[in-house]
Amino acid sequence: MMQTHMGKAQVDRPSARLSLAYIWVAYAAFGLAALAGMLQGMVRGGLIELPSWTNYYQILTAHGVLMALIFTTFFIVGFLLSGVAKTTGGSLHGTALGLGWIGWILMTVGTAMAVVTIVTNDASVLYTFYAPLKASPFFYIGAALLVVGSWFGGFAVFSSYRKWRRENRGKMSPLFVFMSVTTFVLWLIATIPVAVEVLFQLIPWSLGWTSSINIMLSRTLFWFFGHPLVYFWLMPAYIAWYVCVPRIIGGHVFSDSLARLAFISLLLFSMPVGFHHQLMEPGISPGWKMIHVILTLIVVVPSLMTAFSMFATFETTGRKKGGVGLFGWFKKLPWSDVRFFAPFVGMLFFIPAGAGGIINASNQMNAVVHNTIFITGHFHITVGAAVALTFFGVSFWLIPVLTGRTLTPTANRMGMVQTVFWSVGMFLMSYAMHYLGLQGSPRRTSFTTYMDHPLAVGWLDYQRVMAFGGGLLFVAAILLILILGYLTFFAPKGNTEYPTAETETEQHTPKILERWPVWLGVLVLLCVLAYGLPIAEQLTHNPPGSPPFRTW
Amino acid sequence: MHLHRYEKIWLILGAGGLALFIVLLCVNAFAMGMAPPSNMEMIDPTKVSETPPFDNPGLKKISDTEYDAYMTAFAFGFNPNKMEVPAGAKVNFHVTSPDVVHGFQIPGTNVNFMVMPGHINSASYTFEKPGEYLILCNEYCGAGHQVMATTIIVK
Ligand SMILES: [Cu+2]
Repeated sequence: MMQTHMGKAQVDRPSARLSLAYIWVAYAAFGLAALAGMLQGMVRGGLIELPSWTNYYQILTAHGVLMALIFTTFFIVGFLLSGVAKTTGGSLHGTALGLGWIGWILMTVGTAMAVVTIVTNDASVLYTFYAPLKASPFFYIGAALLVVGSWFGGFAVFSSYRKWRRENRGKMSPLFVFMSVTTFVLWLIATIPVAVEVLFQLIPWSLGWTSSINIMLSRTLFWFFGHPLVYFWLMPAYIAWYVCVPRIIGGHVFSDSLARLAFISLLLFSMPVGFHHQLMEPGISPGWKMIHVILTLIVVVPSLMTAFSMFATFETTGRKKGGVGLFGWFKKLPWSDVRFFAPFVGMLFFIPAGAGGIINASNQMNAVVHNTIFITGHFHITVGAAVALTFFGVSFWLIPVLTGRTLTPTANRMGMVQTVFWSVGMFLMSYAMHYLGLQGSPRRTSFTTYMDHPLAVGWLDYQRVMAFGGGLLFVAAILLILILGYLTFFAPKGNTEYPTAETETEQHTPKILERWPVWLGVLVLLCVLAYGLPIAEQLTHNPPGSPPFRTW
Repeated sequence: MHLHRYEKIWLILGAGGLALFIVLLCVNAFAMGMAPPSNMEMIDPTKVSETPPFDNPGLKKISDTEYDAYMTAFAFGFNPNKMEVPAGAKVNFHVTSPDVVHGFQIPGTNVNFMVMPGHINSASYTFEKPGEYLILCNEYCGAGHQVMATTIIVK
């Protein structure tokens, strides 16, 4: 529908309302999660003690669930739906809108169930809910609703994609849509194993219908999902890097076909790799572990492609604006525009994050850092910095687009301050975490000196640095919510552009990249090869099962 | 599909480096015998305290320089609680859990593995330097997780 009376909206009202509903649940969860995170940092630094009605592991569960599962999933569904609406003509059709709202309702109900069980201390099992720790069945049901709800977000994207292709026969789909479809294909397939775990193992067992559980199998199913989950966070950030950031700096997409190829590779190689999270576990032979290690490391290739594309776009754009010499183009980039600055800082964080990831995934090196706070430091610079800063950068323009308002220069400046606070906080905290992890300090552990063991006492100074970083992050989180509240309700009315870049010249993207049956076939084959035999083994040669335990 | 010349170079160098790295990992794991702890032995988790040798956890001397340490990791401690070995001794740790999943880590060494109910996991380490080594649980196991630790004294 044309909205001639109020200028050309980038996304029509019904679609905008849907996206905004997702994004605000995301930021409500983010705010609570940030509070829980800050308190954890303070406890671990030995600066405060929690009141008797709560405990460290309860707020750790809240932080993990709200930040890693709820904030990310809601934001991603909201962001991708908005971009699909924008790039397929400015609106979602009736079916897609309906699916989108069903998803939102299921996810919100699931979130409420999870939060209530965490608050009543019936689910202090952390967001990885490892059996045989047994949470309230409502916690698992809530998690299942969250996942199933997000599938409906994916169905909404697929239905828009199908409609677009019907109406534009023979044409390549818009890059944003293609990437959103890839992201949700990954998500749908990746969540099947965890759905199996929750529905067939955890829920019946936590309700008492079955007396014991095959732990090895539950962990394998969890990590079958748990690693692609990381790519479900990362790919929407990549979409913003590939499609939105080039437009913000006044440039073009470097190469349409390479961008699509990178996404297909991410889809294929992020799935059959879960054993690299289980390298230090018994019951999986070293051969299978090595196969997953190799497949994991192959993901380095699409990451290298992405790095090249990003910097190629930056350089071409900078040169076109008159930047000369080897690095002159660098100065021509819009450093004072938070829509560019925040995701750019995120990209910088991703460089050490990738290096850390290689360490974690590598067999023997993993023994040094496994389950130490190094791991916590690692995912705080991947998800907490690279992905989160990109999502913040997106929010600064997406919320004005959706509310029909504008990002004022003052709000932009506040956003810059917020980005700096978040980055410095994240840098200090994760630096301390990486350092402590290499000394052997464990993750997921409340304040302790292990009966004043000199080694553990020596960790205290760095734990205080972590706490200080956490404090800065909390300030940045509050500031962010204030800015986003302003952009939602108070910023001046106006038209804000939804930045989506095109390629500079007509490019011929190979048709094969859009043949889904081919890629799904390859993916299923890879998963069967990587998981078929080990899972068959875990089903047949498994030890007697475990009864449930509540140890908190 | 067009690949920029610099991109080709970039990807060839990257993928080549990666391939070399993978070969080194394989050599390290299989030729040099440094595969991660992947013990395949199983045990009934509800009968750990009745199953030898875990019915009587502790150090078993193999020779003057080698010991087997049979240990259980439970919420929230390790059994045995104190162990003493001479400097230069190689200790083979064999650990299982009668309840939930725990971690087993000795900071400053490469001993770091998961202890899962139903399985026995193991790793070896030669303690060259005397001292009091901390053994801690690095997987969340409940409200008292932070106190779950013990020591091994090397004299
Ligand atoms: Cu433990």
